[in-house]
Amino acid sequence: MSFEQIIFYIFSAILVFAATMMVTVRNPVRAAMFLILAFFTSAALWMMLEAEFLAITLVLVYVGAVMVLFIFVIMMLDIDIAVLREGFAKFLPVGIFVALLMLGMILMVVGGEHFGLEIFAAPERHAADYSNTRELGLELYTTYLYAFELAAVILLVAIVAAIALTLRHNPTTKFQQVPEQVAVRRNDRLRVVEMDAEERR
Amino acid sequence: MIALSDYLIVAAIIFSISMAGIFINRKNIIILLMCVELMLLAVNINFIAFSHYLGDSAGQVFVFFILTVAAAEAAIGLAILVVLFRNKRTINVAELDSLKG
Repeated sequence: MSFEQIIFYIFSAILVFAATMMVTVRNPVRAAMFLILAFFTSAALWMMLEAEFLAITLVLVYVGAVMVLFIFVIMMLDIDIAVLREGFAKFLPVGIFVALLMLGMILMVVGGEHFGLEIFAAPERHAADYSNTRELGLELYTTYLYAFELAAVILLVAIVAAIALTLRHNPTTKFQQVPEQVAVRRNDRLRVVEMDAEERR
Repeated sequence: MIALSDYLIVAAIIFSISMAGIFINRKNIIILLMCVELMLLAVNINFIAFSHYLGDSAGQVFVFFILTVAAAEAAIGLAILVVLFRNKRTINVAELDSLKG
């Protein structure tokens, strides 16, 4: 067994373990932590597939942003875990049955006789000065430029939607009324009173 | 050497586990969302493995877009979840039956 295979099997084992723990563990925070572990190990697998840019993106975007958001929401909401765990044992056999059925069907398609080394030989490793980021950037900014801009619009819509959904207006909060402040005239605020001078005592 | 089928099998196992997770955690929306993220990860592993073994970087571009859409989906999904909890004081799927579905 080569060194590459050993690394592959170690990371795959950690990935499968993390995924299993994520769906079975009781506490949602722990589930999120195991999901983070799964993301890290799959980033390592992507590194082995020479997708360095996406591996780093997975760690930065998913672990750094999405999972932090998940943990934020989990900790902000006051959840009764016991109620949510009801039916776990009841649905466990169904879940395992469906998963095994699904796995069996997928394995029939993706097994070694269809996608083994004889059919898809492992490609040559790139040279040390090969830049995956550069290649991906060339594709992204030429062939897929339109889709790239659409992705940017999707992110913008997501930002606007998330803020619009969670924004709460509190009627007791006082805000500055900028147009009124700008439009104010001297006569609105200042009154000049004319009065006779008084005799000096 | 690692064959393409090895990567595909790992992705299939992850996908099946998250499928089972959706069945057994069907009361907790947060875990359901996390299972969907795990499914997307399995799909992404497939894309990158094919991209590597076929020598075509289009698969990596697709993964890039999937990551973008998944991030947007998670942000909006969690925002909906927060609003839901604010109004109903629960995230139990069984109690969210206003639509009588």
